[in-house]
Amino acid sequence: MSVPATRAASAENALLSVEHLSIRFGGLVAVDDVSFTATDRQITAIIGPNGAGKTTVFNCLTGFYKPTMGRLALRHPSKGEFLLERMEGFHIAQTAGVARTFQNIRLFPAMSVLENLIVAQHNMLMRASGYTVLGLFGSKVYREAEKEAVDLALYWLDRIGLTNRADDAAGNLAYGAQRRLEIARAMCTRPVMLCLDEPAAGLNPRESGELTRLLMAIRDEERIGVLLIEHHMDVVMGISDHVVVLDYGKKISDGSPQAVRDDPAVIRAYLGEEEDEDLPPEVARDIGEERS
Amino acid sequence: MGYLLQQLINGITLGMIYGLIAIGYTMVYGIIGMINFAHGELFMIAAFISIISFLVLGLAGIGWVPVALLIVLAATMLLTSVYGWALERVAYRPLRHSPRLAALITAIGMSIFLQNYVQLLQGARIKPLQPVISGGFQFFTDGKFTVTLSYLQILIAVLTVALMLVFTWVINRTALGRSQRACQQDLKMASLVGVNVDRTISLTFVIGASLASVAGLMFLLLYGVIDFFIGFLAGIKAFTAAVLGGIGSIPGAMLGGLLIGLIEALWSAYFTVEYKDVAAFSILVLVLVFRPTGLLGKPDIEKV
Amino acid sequence: MTSARASSATSPRSPLDFPSALRESGVVALVTFGLAFALVGFRAEDVPGGLDIRFRFDEVMAVTAVGFIGRFAWILLRQGRAFPVAVTALPFGAAMVAALLGPLYAPAAKLERFVVFGDLVVNWLLAIFALGFGGRAAWLIWHEASSITPEAREERMDRIGAAIQQASRYVGPLLLGLALALPFMPFADRRLLDIAILVLTYVMLGWGLNIVVGLAGLLDLGYVAFYAVGAYSYALLALHFDLGFWTCLPFAGIMAAFAGILLGFPVLRLRGDYLAIVTLGFGEMVRIILLNWYKFTKGPDGLSGIPRPTFFGLPMTANPPEGTQSFHQFFGLEYSSVDRIIFLYFLILALAMITNLFTLRIRKLPVGRAWEALREDEIACRSLGINPRNTKLTAFAIGAMFGGFGGAFFATRQGFISPESFTFIESAIILSIVVLGGMGSQIGVVFAAILLIGLPEFFRELQQYRMLAFGAAMVTIMVWRPRGLLAHREPTIRLEDARLKSASADSGGQPP
Repeated sequence: MSVPATRAASAENALLSVEHLSIRFGGLVAVDDVSFTATDRQITAIIGPNGAGKTTVFNCLTGFYKPTMGRLALRHPSKGEFLLERMEGFHIAQTAGVARTFQNIRLFPAMSVLENLIVAQHNMLMRASGYTVLGLFGSKVYREAEKEAVDLALYWLDRIGLTNRADDAAGNLAYGAQRRLEIARAMCTRPVMLCLDEPAAGLNPRESGELTRLLMAIRDEERIGVLLIEHHMDVVMGISDHVVVLDYGKKISDGSPQAVRDDPAVIRAYLGEEEDEDLPPEVARDIGEERS
Repeated sequence: MGYLLQQLINGITLGMIYGLIAIGYTMVYGIIGMINFAHGELFMIAAFISIISFLVLGLAGIGWVPVALLIVLAATMLLTSVYGWALERVAYRPLRHSPRLAALITAIGMSIFLQNYVQLLQGARIKPLQPVISGGFQFFTDGKFTVTLSYLQILIAVLTVALMLVFTWVINRTALGRSQRACQQDLKMASLVGVNVDRTISLTFVIGASLASVAGLMFLLLYGVIDFFIGFLAGIKAFTAAVLGGIGSIPGAMLGGLLIGLIEALWSAYFTVEYKDVAAFSILVLVLVFRPTGLLGKPDIEKV
Repeated sequence: MTSARASSATSPRSPLDFPSALRESGVVALVTFGLAFALVGFRAEDVPGGLDIRFRFDEVMAVTAVGFIGRFAWILLRQGRAFPVAVTALPFGAAMVAALLGPLYAPAAKLERFVVFGDLVVNWLLAIFALGFGGRAAWLIWHEASSITPEAREERMDRIGAAIQQASRYVGPLLLGLALALPFMPFADRRLLDIAILVLTYVMLGWGLNIVVGLAGLLDLGYVAFYAVGAYSYALLALHFDLGFWTCLPFAGIMAAFAGILLGFPVLRLRGDYLAIVTLGFGEMVRIILLNWYKFTKGPDGLSGIPRPTFFGLPMTANPPEGTQSFHQFFGLEYSSVDRIIFLYFLILALAMITNLFTLRIRKLPVGRAWEALREDEIACRSLGINPRNTKLTAFAIGAMFGGFGGAFFATRQGFISPESFTFIESAIILSIVVLGGMGSQIGVVFAAILLIGLPEFFRELQQYRMLAFGAAMVTIMVWRPRGLLAHREPTIRLEDARLKSASADSGGQPP
């Protein structure tokens, strides 16, 4: 848990190492000097109360925000190391192999379920279609690539149990199915790291159980790293190999689920102090007025 | 020196007209997030209502200029507001929850409709009006050039400033202004806390239309000729002004209007008159590309 | 209001709330009066030495009355009281039609004295209005329904759109066959062919713009700029370098595509409606430059003497230059001026078909799917590694290229071009063809072009109302059905196709 240990881990086998990441919006410090690592074949969960800066970390990792400071190194198993903070958004998904889902689902609602999965393989198909020119004339290379893409899409359709809805518009799916489809779509980009932003939000217990199994299968069969933001503690504690806790933009704990659960700093962050003195003065005053 | 001063005066006068139209764009954008493409046509309709009012007053024999002006101003503001209200009610309200593209296409359709409606009813020819207010001060001369500040320009400036004062008071101090600002922040939340959103939006269109109607009247007095097509260019320039000032910001709209007016006047004076519209469009593109939030707009962080 | 819609005509109805119905109609009448009072009631007439005013208060009163009665009928329909509406509106509409047609077929009956007021078109509108209300009421009585919910209506229109899309598999070739046979029909005179060429030009432009607006979801209000670039590229190349149509056609397309990229670069980051305004500005800029760059474009005078296209090198003229053969001499035919028109007709038909086939094909390629994905959600696209910049630029460039081809055809057909042909209104017309037909629907563009371009050409008298109807149609259709009339999206790949494609796969795809 100490800083040197983290660095040692990053040097050895970490898939992703985040070092001293800070993000400021104007005067607001959203993320303050956060360092952690994520390994492949492991599920790393980032938890923390609302507004702790979890999604902001994700947005930096996937190139939607530029960090103010810090280093985000991704060690791709076949392509070498990428420094994500220097890459343009779409480039991170294209070359470094980082795929993500969104807190409020972002599918292509008017396109069919199958098309959603094929669009995800755009870059591979684009190269095979000779940047459209060969594709227009139906070259053999493109047809083979398309077959490969279709195979992968069908495989994932089957995995998420949506084969019989393949031709329906993605926007017409039920909420839980949309969540699964978004994960499958991210997987179709053939990532080395999958970042999931609250995948269990809004799911009922049964769907949440299905999701847990899907995530564990992805970890064990696809052998990629999974980074997870989640509020459902049972999901987090059930499947995570490693948990990072953020509060007010700072890392307050990092370790195995059990260690984190017992960490007093975490309990304090979630349940609050027992005494009012630690509350911000204006809040304490408000409560005081109510009580009197 | 004298020439420059004269162009500055002309530019500011023109800029005030653009600014008044731009406020309508900026308010509507701020509250429902759409470009009311037909707003320029309200300006054009106002100019037509003004010219008709002047003609009717002429027939009625009301010749005393201040009274005539007041009557025309009141009639134009009232009748143009009806157009603004009906525009929102008929074309935009049903589309409030539709894709933005649909609303924009409706607005374009409405703009085409109103242009042709006026053309059919009033004819396609240019309508001239005898000067209503003439004369002015000659207050500066540098030997070669005499700078004139016409009474009309003074009137336009006074009217604009007065309108802006009233308008600022309405927005900052009245219940209507409060609900207007609340809707601008968050439409759904405003309706949850009991703001009558429909009425507020309607009133926004009415206010925008009445400001544009004053601009229409000023334009008519300043240039003396109008046709059914004036709303198109004036609308685009006013929109540029709104974007330049930062869309959603009301002082920004006025500032943007003044800047566009000045740029246009100076460009025409020192470069080429033919390309003055190109200058306005280029500014629009440059602002949108390099500073999409405009001069006074708030930065907007992309929500993921 | 929803509960009123849901109640059925057969269910026990609440008594009509007369005061509130009257009040509502009264408000509508008042607003109508306010709208009509100044602009309809007075007309500023040009007279020598200034303006005069003419009064038209009858019209104001009539419009106000129509507002009142129309709203009242609408309230009745809304509350499921179709019967009184049907029995008044239908006979009234029929009587109006009879009175309007009377002078044509039975002048002796003097039916026209029943016509309410002067303007013929307004009377026709009134008649259609009445018949529409009556027909709607009759339909509701027939189906024993009070009113359908917007959702049900939307669903029904979706089904119609889907059916037409399905049918277009057969209707498309049929239409193409008809189009191929048209010039040889006995009724195909020069006027009809001219109109057909015009319609096809707009069909092609509509299909070209459909790539940008319908597929990529980029609202381009300056499409006419590319049309202009194509036309001027061809005209200038032909006039200065003495090149033929076929040599210049690709250049015209390339120049237009280049203009598309030039426009595309600065506007890439802009959101939908900002993009629309900037493209509009771009279109106007191109026109102003064409108008003022006199040395190059001859400004408002335009360029004339643009060469006509040749048929594989054979000119379509009566008297070819010395030492060459013209089309009719080569084939040993009698010279006929219609031949050239027929040739132009087939030329634009071919160009349009190329545009169509290209679009159908590219939709199924990765770039086409990326366009549609970009239209749906740009942020999601970025998260999948799709380069939004390149994808948008391709859409702009390809859409513009077809606009350029269209422009070159326009120039060669007219033989004369001037900036006047490339105003914003042209862009708006092309856009409304795309929108009306249903964004992304290829067959919809054909129907919309026939409706918007063909019909007004046949009824020249209605020409002055054309733009008015354009605007009204754009508003009505968007309010009524925001995705366009025949909007229906067919997936670019279906599960069965996918299974067929992977049929030879060993054991289902293995992910890497």
